[in-house]
Amino acid sequence: MNAPTMIPPTMIPPTMIPPTMIPLARPPLTRAQMAARVAADIPEGWCVNLGIGIPTMVADHVADREVIFQSENGVLGVGPAPAREDIQPWLINASKAYITLKPGGSYVHHADSFAMIRGGHIDLCVLGGYEVAQNGDLANWATSNNDTAPAVGGAMDLAAGAKRLWVVLEHTTKDGQPKLVETCSYPLTALKAVTRIYTNLAVIDIAPQGFLLREMAPGVSFDALQARTGAKLHLPD
Amino acid sequence: MINKIVQTMADAMAGVPDGGIVLLGGFGHVGTPNALIDGLIEHGATDLTIVSNNAGAGREGLAKLMALGRVRKIICSYPRSAGSVVFEELYKAGKLELEICPQGTMAERMRAAGAGIPAFYTPTAAGTLLAKGKEEREIDGRIYVLERALRGAVALVEAWEADRWGNLTYRQAGRNFNPVVAAAADLTIVQAQHIRDLGDIDPEHVVTPGVYVDRVLHLPYGDPSIEGK
Repeated sequence: MNAPTMIPPTMIPPTMIPPTMIPLARPPLTRAQMAARVAADIPEGWCVNLGIGIPTMVADHVADREVIFQSENGVLGVGPAPAREDIQPWLINASKAYITLKPGGSYVHHADSFAMIRGGHIDLCVLGGYEVAQNGDLANWATSNNDTAPAVGGAMDLAAGAKRLWVVLEHTTKDGQPKLVETCSYPLTALKAVTRIYTNLAVIDIAPQGFLLREMAPGVSFDALQARTGAKLHLPD
Repeated sequence: MINKIVQTMADAMAGVPDGGIVLLGGFGHVGTPNALIDGLIEHGATDLTIVSNNAGAGREGLAKLMALGRVRKIICSYPRSAGSVVFEELYKAGKLELEICPQGTMAERMRAAGAGIPAFYTPTAAGTLLAKGKEEREIDGRIYVLERALRGAVALVEAWEADRWGNLTYRQAGRNFNPVVAAAADLTIVQAQHIRDLGDIDPEHVVTPGVYVDRVLHLPYGDPSIEGK
């Protein structure tokens, strides 16, 4: 395997013009707007597993489309969170939050749940991430090689097993460092697994040539986006 | 007559050895065999390896077992979670060995053990830190990791219904790891909310057939607490 390495500050790629030099014309998308943007691309009929954080919010935005949400603790057909008085004490999702079950839903045990995932029966998994590399490598489980007790949960199984892996994350860290990079510096969750990235600034596909820009949020210019991205952005032919 | 129903916790725990691997059902606070874990504490078995998705929360149940120094090693996918204070303390002090295992791989390792499969290839974790030291092999152009079956000396299970043959049903998300661990151990001990007469559980609804179960203890504690939620 390739040992993850930190990129020293002196080696920041030449594409990295300080982002503040090219300001954004409008504020970036909010978390809810990012979730809504992801949801807009999910067609009726897909079976979808949502990770913790912004991915969980995607379910609130699929509107009338029938999408089957899978939770890896063995629930198929997850519905919205219940009102407090309607909580069913035995019905939780993989984040241990109370959920409801839609008509048509079902329960399986953990081995079946992950067989479903590993066997390619889940159309889409949406996960959060620390970094995505231009070849589709994902880092989302450990922030350091020195953390000897990171929590992986089902992330590696989902990243390796789902038919499509979309990652939703802020385009940069709070310090303005790009999360879309040439090579991940954090420990990897899965190699060459990500197929599409949704950030608060853009929608980007992982293509053979690298990051392929599909869409920019309102008020974002190509130069401003490139300045905030750690690897070359390609435009569709 | 086959009768796997035992009357006391002492009978349920009889013969649980020191030094063995103990598989725990449960995910989060649902479907976790907490009464049996308390019984294991009372029984006194020590030097245990625990297989559980989480490394315990708060000070009760698995956390208490660990705090008493009965656990040598824990195999889990998600050691750090809200309230995993005992794990943190022991791990930091070097008093607990940890093996991180992806959740699906952990489930499949136990499923394989129950099905007599010694090892299997999975794409999960290929090329990552968690594949370190394991055989990796390319099959039809994709890299897979060889993972070994994970068998327990004992499995502790929480079920919704049981009968004297050991047939089991589960409740909603309380199913989770329970049927998986039930099939993967030499001695499978069940705590059940309801005991049914033989034949009263619809055969179409049995999730774990009694062939996997050794002992059943009736523990009708009710619903898991939703306090603080």
